[in-house]
This record gives sequence, C-alpha cells and structure tokens, in this order.
Amino acid sequence: MSTRYPVALVLENGRIFRGLGFGARVESIGEVVFNTSITGYQEIVSEPSYAGQIVVMTATQIGNVGATPEDLEAAKAVCAGLVVRQASPIASNWRATQTLGAWLESVGLPGIEEIDTRAVTRVLRDQGAMRGAITPHVAEIDAVLERIRAWPVMDGLDLVPRVTCTTPYTWDQPTWHAPDDGRAVATPPVTKHVVAYDFGIKENILRQLRDVGCRVTVVPATTTAAEALAMKPDGVFLSNGPGDPAAVTYAIAATRELVASGIPVFGICLGHPVLGLARGAKTFKLPFGHHGANHPVKDLTTGKVEITSQNHGFAVDPASLPAGVSLTHINLYDQTAEGLALDGRPVFSVQYHPEASPGPHDSSYLFARFRALLEPR
Amino acid sequence: MPRRPDLRSVLIIGSGPIVIGQACEFDYSGTQACKALREEGLRVILINSNPATIMTDPELADATYVEPLTVEMLDKVLAIEKPSAILPTLGGQTGLNLAMAAHKAGILEKHGVELLGASVHSIEMAEDRDLFKQAMARIGLTCPASKMVTSVAEARAVVEEIGYPAILRPSFTLGGTGGGIAYNAKELDRMVQFGLDQSPVHSMLIEQSVLGWKEYELEVVRDAKDNCVIVCSIENLDPMGVHTGDSITVAPAMTLTDKEYQRLRDASLAIMREIGVTTGGSNVQFAIDPTDGSMIVIEMNPRVSRSSALASKATGFPIAKITAKLAIGYTLDELKNDITEVTPASFEPTIDYVVVKYPRFAFEKFPTAKAVLGTQMKSVGEAMAIGRTFSEALGKAIRSLETGRAGFDLPMGALGDDLGALERAVAVPGPERLLQLGRAFQLGLTLDRAHELTRIDPWFLLHIHGLAMAELEVKTAGGASASRDDLRRWKRLGMSDRRIAALSGADEDAVRAARKAHGVVPVYKRVDTCGAEFAAHTPYMYSTYEDECESEPTSARKVMILGGGPNRIGQGIEFDYCCVHASMALAELGIESIMVNCNPETVSTDYDTSDRLYFEPLTLEDVLAICDVEKPWGVIVQFGGQTPLKLAVPLARAGIPLLGTPADAIDRAEDRERFGAVMAKLGLHAPRWGIARSLDEARAVAHQIGFPLMVRPSYVLGGRAMEQVYDARGLESYFERQLGLLGGQTRGEGATVGFPLLIDQFLADAVELDVDVVADKTGAVVVGGVMEHIEEAGIHSGDSACSLPPYSLPRDILEEVKRQARMMAVELGVIGLMNVQFAVAGGQVYVLEVNPRASRTIPFVSKAIGVPLAKVAAKVMCGATLAELGIKEHTPRHVSVKEVVFPFMKFDQVDTLLGPEMRSTGEVMGIDTDFARAFAKSQLAAGVRLPVTGTAFLSVRDGDKVGAAEIAQRLHALGFDLVATHGTAAYLRKLGLDVRGLNKVLEGRPHCVDAMDSGEVHFVINTTEGAQAIQDSQSLRRAALTNGIAYFTTLRGARAALEAIAVTKYEDLQVQALQRYQ
Repeated sequence: MSTRYPVALVLENGRIFRGLGFGARVESIGEVVFNTSITGYQEIVSEPSYAGQIVVMTATQIGNVGATPEDLEAAKAVCAGLVVRQASPIASNWRATQTLGAWLESVGLPGIEEIDTRAVTRVLRDQGAMRGAITPHVAEIDAVLERIRAWPVMDGLDLVPRVTCTTPYTWDQPTWHAPDDGRAVATPPVTKHVVAYDFGIKENILRQLRDVGCRVTVVPATTTAAEALAMKPDGVFLSNGPGDPAAVTYAIAATRELVASGIPVFGICLGHPVLGLARGAKTFKLPFGHHGANHPVKDLTTGKVEITSQNHGFAVDPASLPAGVSLTHINLYDQTAEGLALDGRPVFSVQYHPEASPGPHDSSYLFARFRALLEPR
Repeated sequence: MPRRPDLRSVLIIGSGPIVIGQACEFDYSGTQACKALREEGLRVILINSNPATIMTDPELADATYVEPLTVEMLDKVLAIEKPSAILPTLGGQTGLNLAMAAHKAGILEKHGVELLGASVHSIEMAEDRDLFKQAMARIGLTCPASKMVTSVAEARAVVEEIGYPAILRPSFTLGGTGGGIAYNAKELDRMVQFGLDQSPVHSMLIEQSVLGWKEYELEVVRDAKDNCVIVCSIENLDPMGVHTGDSITVAPAMTLTDKEYQRLRDASLAIMREIGVTTGGSNVQFAIDPTDGSMIVIEMNPRVSRSSALASKATGFPIAKITAKLAIGYTLDELKNDITEVTPASFEPTIDYVVVKYPRFAFEKFPTAKAVLGTQMKSVGEAMAIGRTFSEALGKAIRSLETGRAGFDLPMGALGDDLGALERAVAVPGPERLLQLGRAFQLGLTLDRAHELTRIDPWFLLHIHGLAMAELEVKTAGGASASRDDLRRWKRLGMSDRRIAALSGADEDAVRAARKAHGVVPVYKRVDTCGAEFAAHTPYMYSTYEDECESEPTSARKVMILGGGPNRIGQGIEFDYCCVHASMALAELGIESIMVNCNPETVSTDYDTSDRLYFEPLTLEDVLAICDVEKPWGVIVQFGGQTPLKLAVPLARAGIPLLGTPADAIDRAEDRERFGAVMAKLGLHAPRWGIARSLDEARAVAHQIGFPLMVRPSYVLGGRAMEQVYDARGLESYFERQLGLLGGQTRGEGATVGFPLLIDQFLADAVELDVDVVADKTGAVVVGGVMEHIEEAGIHSGDSACSLPPYSLPRDILEEVKRQARMMAVELGVIGLMNVQFAVAGGQVYVLEVNPRASRTIPFVSKAIGVPLAKVAAKVMCGATLAELGIKEHTPRHVSVKEVVFPFMKFDQVDTLLGPEMRSTGEVMGIDTDFARAFAKSQLAAGVRLPVTGTAFLSVRDGDKVGAAEIAQRLHALGFDLVATHGTAAYLRKLGLDVRGLNKVLEGRPHCVDAMDSGEVHFVINTTEGAQAIQDSQSLRRAALTNGIAYFTTLRGARAALEAIAVTKYEDLQVQALQRYQ
C-alpha cells in the first residue's frame, strides 16, 4: 500500500468531506453524482457517459475485486473521480490484473475514501447534483471552492466531443462469457451492418450488437446522415454519452435526417433524448439523475417490469412528445420517460442501458428487437 | 393484476417447534403473511403447534389451530374450515413437507384446495435432487456430479466414480439432518446408513465435493406476471463444506465482479422459471471456484427460508409479506415499498452498508459431540450486525453473540499462544474458527498461509487481519489515554469499548468517557432499501462511526424494549414473543416504542413491529449509546430473557430509568443469601442449600444437607453444568469434570472454583410446578397460571413437559402455591411479570427459584388461558393497574400441555437422558378437553408417535421397580406385549406378568438394541441413575431415538403416555381453533 495522504471532497455548496486519497494524486473538478449499483465499479468508472462527473458509490466496499482490462467499457476512463467509503488495497478475484487504486492511478483519476458517502448522497438527493472537486489541496479549500464555482455547469454542456472517436472503426467482438458458461449461446455469423454513432459508446453495446449478428462501424458523433447512409448500413445506432442532450445539435440534426430516410434506428441513453429532440420533444435536467442498477422500468406494451441499469442526468418530457412518437417505457420510481418509438417507423430508443455492464440483463431483448427491424420489410 | 377475487380464505401452515435449522424466522414470515392476507380481507386460517409464536396469537388469524402438524390433523382442519387455498411456502421445510404429504394422501384433492405459490410439481422438482439436477441440465446449469442411492452398496459404487471426500445429503430432511462429508470408506458406510435412516423416503444423494469453493446465495422473488427481482445476494465467509446456517455470511456479496454477479442473477431467474415457482420468494445457492470462476448450482428452496428472513432484515424488503401478497394475485409493481412509500416493490434493493450474520452454537450443552462444522447444521441461533464496512459489522456481530466475547479474546485454554496449534485448529471449521484466526494473525500467521489453511477469501482475511492487528495497537497505545484519531479508527473498525478496555488494562467506563470526551460517538443511519436515493419513512437504524446522524429522535414519551439477542438453548422465541407484546402494549397506550435487538430471525426486528427499530448488539455500550440519542422515558429489560436482564444493574447505575420491578428486586431474587432472608421473612420453605468455593467446602455443605444434591455454578442460563449428585464420589467427579467451566484452578483434593457453586438439597420424587404471575404498582397480584411438570423435579424446567391446569395435585396444594407466589411478588415489589418454580414433596411445598421477569412459559400460559400476560405486564410496568385493565384469575376448563423437542438427532453420541441441564430447542402445545387428549396431541406435535399396540420394553432403576410394575400392568391391559432387561423382567414376572427377558448391551447379543434395530420394540421406558449405569444404557436410548421409537426416561412421563395411549387406542383426536376455547 502506498502512503496515505489527506484528500477532500469539496462541494460547491461549501460542504467539505475529508478523507484519504487513492489512485492519482491530482485535483479533479466535475459534477458530483451518486451511483447505487453494488457491483461494477470498474465498468462505471470507464463508462464515457460519466465524462465530467465525479461518481460517489453508495455501496461501501469498493475495489474488492480489483480491475481487469476485460471489464473496461471504453479504452480511456473519462469520469472525473471516484468517492467511496472504503477502497480495497487488494484485488481478490481470479480475473483481476491490478488493484483499483493502481488502475485509477494508471488512468490518471483521483479517488477518495473514508468518506461518509451516505451523507454526501443525501446532500445530492436533497439539493441536486452539483459541482465539486476531489482535491489534495486540503489546506486551501477556499481556492478550491473558487475553482469549482468557476467550472461550467452541466446544463447546456456538450461533452460528446471529449469522448467520441475521431475516425470510424469496425467492431467485431462478442460479449464476455465465463469459460464454463453452459448457458452462453454461440455467436451467430455476421449478417447485418450497423453504423453506430459514437457519443461516448460503451463497448458492451458494441458486443451486444455483435451478439445479434451485426458488424458495427463506429463513427464520430459529427458524422452526417449522408455520410452514415453512404456506408450502406442495415440500421443506425445512436449511442450513450455524457452531457446535456440539447447541446448535441449536430447529432440531433443527423438523427432527424436518418429517421426521415426510413432506415431502422435504435438509441440508448443519450441516443434516446437525441431521438426525442430530433422529433421535436423537449428535455429537462433531473434533480440528481438516475445512476444505478436497480431501477424498475415498465414496458407499457407488455406490462412487464424489467430491472435496469441507468445512467443519465437529463430526461425527455413525456408531455412534449409530438404526434407520431409513443411512450413505450416508463421508470416506476419517478414515472419519467424511459422509452420511445416512432409510430409506423422502425425507430425506437430507451433512456436506460439494456447492454447492462454493469447491471441486470433483463433488457437485452431490445438488441434482438433491433436486429429484427433490420430485416427487409 | 389485483388480488384474485375467487379466494375467500387461505390456510397458512406454520413450521412447528423451534429446532436446529428452523427457528423464529418462520414466525416472522408467518406473522407477516397473516397480517398481509387479513389486510386484503381474506379469512386466514393457521395451523401451527408452536405456542411461543406471535403468529399463533388468536388475534393474528381468524381461526388458529394449535394442533400437531400431521396430515390427519390438517385433514380435520380442512374439513372444518374449507379454505380456498393453502399457502405452504412460509412454514419452512415442515410446512412444505406437510403440504406434500397431504397431496400424496389425496387430502388436498378431497377438500378441493389449491396450493398457492408453488405447485406440487415445482416443489418436487426443487426438492428431489435427481429431478433438480435434470432441470438444471435443461437450462445449461451445472450441479455437482452426484447420484441418488438407497443403500450402502450403491453409495460405494458412486464414490468409486466421484472419489473422496463425498458429500452425503439425505432426501427431505431439515437443515441437512443425517448428512455429512465422508472422507473414507469406513465413514461412508456408517454415515450412509445413518442418513438413509433419517430420510423419510430412505434415499440420499452422494455428491462430488466442492470443498473450498466460494458459496453464495441469492434471494429471488417472482410474481404471476413473471417479473423477477433479486432481493439480496449473500456471500458465505466460510467456503463450501460448512452448512450455510453455520457459516458466517455477508451481504451484499463482497468478492464478485459485476459479470460474475450477473451470471448468478441470470441463473437464479432461469432456475425460478424452470422450477416454476409461480409467486413468492425462493433461495438459490451457488458455489464458485475461486481459481477460474467456474459456477455450480448447489440447491434452491422454493419457499421462504432462514436466508430470506436474513435478506429481509438486511435490505428492508419484507420477502414474506410480499410473498403472501403475490400469492393472492398481486404483481410486484402493484405493491408499494413501505420504506420509501413512493416507489414500488418491483425493484432490487441496494444497500449502502455491510451485513454480517454470525451463527450461535451450543456445543457446550453437548460436551460429547465433536465441535466440528460440516454439511449438517448445528447452530441454534444467529446474530446479525450492520456496519458501514465489513470490519465494523464483523466487530459488532462478535459482540452481539452473547458468548462473552468482545473481540478476539479467545480463552487461551488448550490452544494457548501456540501458533502451530492454532494453525491446525483453523484448518478444520469449528465454532471458534474466526477467533482462532484473529489470534493466529496476532501471533504472526500470514494472509497467504491463512488462505491456504482455510480457503477463506483473501479479502475477508485481510479485514479479519486488520481487526486483529488493531487489537495489538490498543495494547501499546493504551485505551482511556489514546488519541482521538486512534479511538475513532478503532471504533470505525468495529472494536468494542470493552475490548479496548481489556486490551489496555483500563476500565470500560473510563474508555467510554475518554471516547465521548473526544467526541467519538456513533451516529445512526437508516436501512432504506435504496442507498439513500429516496427518503426513508421507516426509522430502522444501525450505528456507525461516521459524520451524519439520521436518527431524528422524536420528543414523544417513549419506551425502549431490549430484546433477547441470538437464540440459544434456554433463551429463544418465547422472549421475542414477550418483547413483541410489550411493543403492542405500548402502541395501545399511545407510547412510542423503540426496539433494540440483533436477532434477524425475529418478529421483534421486523421494522413493522415497533415505532423505531435499532438493529444493534445488546451490550451496555450499544444500549447506552442509543439512550444518549433517544433519551427514553423508560427501558424494559425484563422481557428479553437473561441478555437484557444482565444489563439491568449497570443501566440503572448509569442513570437509565428502568420500568417495572426495580433492579434491586432482581438481585434479591437471584442472590442466594438475600433470597434466603426473603424466604425466612415470609416463613416459606426452600430446599436446604449452601455455597461452596472449594471441594472441601462442598463436602461440608453436603454433610449438612445430605445427599442427593443438585449442584450448579451461580448465575448460569439454562442449567448449564447443573447436575444431580448422589454421593461423595459423585461430588468429586463433578469438580473434576466441570473445573474449567467453574473457573477452577487446582485439580484434585485442593480444588477451588472461581464462581461460587450452589449446592441444593435434591428433592427426590417431587412434583415440580411453574407459576407465572403479574403484579402491579398497587401490590395487586394475578396468578396467570399454575403448570404441573410431567417429569419429576430434577429435570430442567425448560426440558419438562407440563400441564395447565395441573392434573395430579390436590386443590389445597395449588391454592397454597398461589398464596406463596402472591406473597413473594408483594415482598419483592414486583411490577410486571414473575415466575416461581415450586416443588411439592410429601405434601410440603418448597420454593425452588423465583425470577422477577418474563419466563419461558409466558406465551404458553397466555395461549392456554386466553390472556396476553406479557402485554398486560407491559401496561402494568407503564403504570396501569390490574384492576383498570380488568385482569382476573381464572382456570380454564380445557387442558393445555406443553412438550419440548430436542436436537439429539443432530449430535451423534449424545445421551438423550433428561437432566438438570436444559437441552431442548423448542416447544409444542397440545390443547384439548382433558389431560390425556392434550398430552396425546403434545406428543404427536413433538414428533413422538405413541403406539397403540405392539411391544413395550422396560428397563428401570431399582427405585422405580414398584412404579414400573403398575405401568407394566396397564400396558398389558392395553394389549401390549412386554419385554424387559433381565432384572426388571424377573421383578415383573414375580408379579405374574408375562415378560420376556432381553440382554442389556453389555450382556452380549442379541440384546435390547438389536431388538429395537430390528423393529421388535414399539415403546421404551428407561430410567436409570448413577454415572456408570447411565453410560451403560446410553446406547439403548440412542437406539430408541434413531429408530423413532417412543421412549420415556421418567415414570411420570410414561404414565402420562399411557393415559394418552388409552384414549387414542379407541378414538381419533379432534381439532378445534384456539378462538373457540375461551
């Protein structure tokens, strides 16, 4: 174990939580959000949708199973830091290649432990997500607070450019299965081609698309509809991503054209409000967002409830849905919109994360649904 | 879907007496189910033989049948009540087995009742190991390689293939009874034979061993629309090989990546669907190979279980309640999460703390049994602790256990400070393994070596190591003089004040004072199912050393009830029953109730029971900390048994207001000298007695009193180390054997003991009585009930059957007994409950013991007389008078018999002879119009099948020959053939009885045990005395036990049995709801 050093989590409202540092010994500022998932800290930290956000884990024992390249959701971790009650100094899992602290250090992210994370969570729940910093400058809190208050707020912030790819690439890896998994089905041969807009795409989405027989061309977020269609895809996928969806105007414009072209479109997470905005709906910022792996979502077409993985700070206002756009899924916690479909068109989206990783696999049927739409009709 | 309109009434099957593997958790689940169904306007019918349960309170169901859980009785209940359906998944394995047996007997079809929750087909598939294995194969899941066998020869053949060690799992047995691990051919032969005998279907599974793999459990709930949620994941700290009921378990699972966890989740849901549990909670167990992540399915329980009770308490998600609602048609999204009030039950709880469950063992009660853990459950209770970290929860769990441990304070004894011996010890799972590990770490055991020896996951070992090493720090840093940072760090690790004090040689109060002076005090956080994502409306709390306190105490008048802690022999569900009643009484009085307890199985720790719940250890430190925050108007310490009672004096000293009987009265009753003065003042008789601190003093006392004697250490629970001593040699032998327990130093002639030894005159052939009274502040006393023990005085009252009202004593004696009880209540200034034990010998009444607190018999008496005594007492303690409450004495016309059940089957080689040390785990009640019928029901309920014909075997001590002769004559008159050991046979023949002689075991074969093993004996009466004779006849009693032959080890017990046989030989027993007895 490296030497312990004091670090503080400072919130823009002036609350200071003092703890000990792990990972990279740097100051990091971002929007502080809490995540209630018990498992999957590594997937969370490496999920590009957390760009610009400091994640507080409500589960208290984090890092027990260390880190492994297999559980990364993106090549680089872009969140702004990790706040935990207790970080494990060891990695106890047969797949682990390093400890959580060593991994965070290697990707340049700060962590803070020995924090009353429940107290932090209650502040965020009651006062909303807010800016904050993990800082080793514990003797200069006033200066830190100034830097925090000068930091841009999430509203109106387009963070996609920070996480999207710069050039298109092809993906052909299926999902991870344990070596002895008797329930795993053989990966089908590639029969379809999907162009995926990368707003900060999670690799497990790509793996899931491959699992249903799709070759995926991942393209930068600024790709125009014409450029995408020129790749002759059977369908287009709009990925997850960080920031305010209303600020991603280029993607909204492209989506409007793609939908008009009649090509099947499937959106997840950021892709969902982008689709909604493209059809004229409005979005709004949730007080503290949805970040966890236990949210119940009801499929309004079947009445069934799925337990979902969630990570978003903005939502589509169901009252703003124009004619021709149907609400298909709602969150049973707060009745917010979780799924949309365009009437008479092969186009749908969900706000939550059917690709899981981390989280339950209840919603993976949506990839099969998308795959079915790719068949000529 | 809303609730099914076609259901009008539902029958719930309870789980019967508390036994190892089936404890209060099914009272918790059944009580929740009763409430949940009645809320829906359904008529609820309940059958359960256990009177100590809340669920059998007459107000919880519309018709409560306290009747034996047999197919015949169920048939009769169904005939009277004609319910629409049976909910069999809430009464443990007993409930499920009874439902299955009723189905097989065609009873369900006959009465046209359906099974809710799980179909017969599903239950069979889950319970039958072969069918289960096939089902798993169909959905791509692996089970350990295994094969079902019905003979030793078949078992040998299977082990040829899978190799040793082999896991043996008998079919349809509870808590793994009869199972184990065979390491060699000799063990295999013996264990397979034993296991086959235990299995009601005479079959068992021989299974490949996955010893050392990591073990996990997932609690799953499914509704009729196929919505499934995982309520909780639980990881066993002890790897595979230790029964999960005996393992230290941790929630949530600590050492799984998301990918591995989701794999378990997917598998659990697939299993639910394949087995076809239509609605409700189930439990699935997995093993994972720590070296490559390979996963196998161990088993699934298609019902609510001990683990689901734990999961409910660990998460705040009430599995049993939800299960009941789902069974009648609701779906998860139609049900509300009670804690958040704004979100539905169709979600998966997330927890922002760590829960540790720690099992409580009772090996000290069975000194001849090996204290080794395996696949058969041996723990008698459990404590749960909540902390923000594993270390904190573990530290709290250790001190919650009530084993006298405050940390890694292993008694040095045999292991001493010998690292080698400790290493050998931890390699074999035993009840003290964790403490041994901690001690070994302190002596230099490395983490790697610890993992090699125990296969416990390195992550857990790291934290155990951390806690153990911190203890060494305390030694050097000091306790009361330590810095704020040190104190805070130790407290955050879960270390108790008492341990810090012990390690640093300081006084506990001084450590606490220093800690508080530094501002190092606990805060209280809420269990809210959601990791604080939503506001919690239920004050269900635990302590931790962090920044923010969420207790938000009210300014209302409030009373704190201290619960009973983990179940153990001598202290169980009866005390939880009393605590819950205290809570109900407070609600009726409009006083805020605050419950403090750490037993996850109980009704008292349901967040629904009291206004506020603190899930905390019941130690002085933890209770005082809650008092600091809540500032209660009063504290009730008399309802939770010894655990809270022990705190009475220190709490009073700390200025905490105790309700009811003053602490000094408790001392006057418990201190022999002071009690002697009370007796003298009142002119009452007690057996002669004396106190000895050495063998010499003991001899002097014996000389003064005369043999036989009853000898025991002072201040013990459940009659531990209490023995009858018949002569001087017996006294020496007692000192020799019990010296360690008595805190003795020197062995042999000069032996002295640490705790004073109580020596009482033993009243031979006396009849014992138990009297429960309630007294108020005006000095009014109401005798709740007088119970006559069926066994003679000398058998621990907790192990005796008893009858209310008494069945053999004259009225004037009973009046005298009541008079004396009233006098004592007034003299001691009792406000609340008091229990007195009397003995009647030669027409003389002797006072044996007075306990000014709730007794074990309170729930039984309350049910027998139809008055909730504990509730009445709680009101009286808050200031009400008996006159105001309208409580009067009355003796019921019907007869209630309490019988007890023993865990002898679980402990190989243990003698079943009853004695002064309590060993029973639970009780049943038989209720009927007369003693014979009530006793017959009590036996049936306790699992004793009294024969009405066949061969009776008698072997009695000389002093009992006259009595035995009369019994033999009655047996003969009832048509029994008689066999006896030669001595007894010769005596009976002289009286003209036709008796065949049998060899004692020592006299050569064929002997009496052979006769039992070959099914030639149907009824056994065996009395004996003297260490040698007892030892010689032990195999006889074990044979009766293992062959399921009704046996009695006292003549009074045998006589009662004969009365029952005389009635049941000619007529069927009838059933009647408790509500109709008043």
